[in-house]
Amino acid sequence: MERIPILRMGPFLLVTIQVDMHDQLALTLQDDLTQRIVREKARGVLMDISALDVVDSFIGRMISNIAAMSRVLDARTVVVGMQPAVAITLVELGLDLKGVSTALNVEKGMTLLQAAA
Amino acid sequence: MTAQEKGGLAAIVRNNEADILAEWIREQSAGQKRKDPIQEVEARRVSKEFLSASVEAMNSGASVEGREWDRVREILSELSASRAAQGFSPSETAKFVFSLKQPVFSRLRNELESSPKAFAEQTWLATVMIDQLGLFTMEAYQKSREGVIQRQQRELLELSTPVVQLWDDILALPLIGTLDSGRTQVVMESLLEKIVETGASIAIIDITGVPTVDTLVAQHLMKTVAAARLMGADCIISGIRPQIAQTIVHLGVDLSAVTTKASLGDAFAIALKRTGLKVTREGE
Repeated sequence: MERIPILRMGPFLLVTIQVDMHDQLALTLQDDLTQRIVREKARGVLMDISALDVVDSFIGRMISNIAAMSRVLDARTVVVGMQPAVAITLVELGLDLKGVSTALNVEKGMTLLQAAA
Repeated sequence: MTAQEKGGLAAIVRNNEADILAEWIREQSAGQKRKDPIQEVEARRVSKEFLSASVEAMNSGASVEGREWDRVREILSELSASRAAQGFSPSETAKFVFSLKQPVFSRLRNELESSPKAFAEQTWLATVMIDQLGLFTMEAYQKSREGVIQRQQRELLELSTPVVQLWDDILALPLIGTLDSGRTQVVMESLLEKIVETGASIAIIDITGVPTVDTLVAQHLMKTVAAARLMGADCIISGIRPQIAQTIVHLGVDLSAVTTKASLGDAFAIALKRTGLKVTREGE
């Protein structure tokens, strides 16, 4: 089954979405990530969505939910690399990812996580 | 009797083409306020071309919508477009075709003096034809005017949304004019593109040039701010005039989620502070 890889980098988890996100994949990611956060006692999650160029309301909500879940598990979440078109779509859909940190690229996202840790 | 038969409209116009042309051109220039030799030469050329193309089309017996009239319509479209571009008024443009009536009618009267019935028939045919061509001219004129307006709107849109880089990490977006949803889209896109391009982390949206801020404009602003935040850039809204501050509060628009500053300078100062930069006077 197709899965989105979750990499560990010190106290942080790195999720890079490189394929077209579909609903089942998002649900699997949600399961995997929450389990990994608990198992690895991660302090932060960096979600790189730079390869994602199409989002619908469901995927938008999943991103928002995944971020909220990580926060409940006390891992700070940073969403990085959002494409302009995706940002506009999410805003038009009324999903502004409140409470989720964002950064332009992985480097800036890492700095943000390290500053918080 | 149809237009093509001997003694019909087509035949009469064909036989009197030179006369009609001369009279028509006189008719066109009559009452024209500005006399321009170059334009007159041009008008003569177009008139001649139009008349010979019309004679040919009339001979085919097709109605004005038919393919036989393609050439005539083409001439009219070109004429309308160039006149619209030169700033001719609608009536001046329409006059080109409608002034053809007088010469054609007088020829018909001369030729068909003996038969009032035929005269009435052919006059009717001529009227229908010229009216249709006149309507076509006006449509073409209108279309090219609308083209001009659309082009200007597009240019205005591009001109009015510059994104400037003030410092390494700081962008400024001076907004001028009212923000409607179409413009917001363009503003948002160009801001986000620039954020990606420069890697900026702070964007200052300056609304000094926005005449009024109502709930809709405020909503558009908030959308832009939210989209920039999703890309990892913080927004500061600056240039809020006293009246606008009052309106925003009276309307109950909530701008508490955004940093707001009265002037672009203040916004720049706080942006520098956030990026860890400092401006000092030399020697201090």
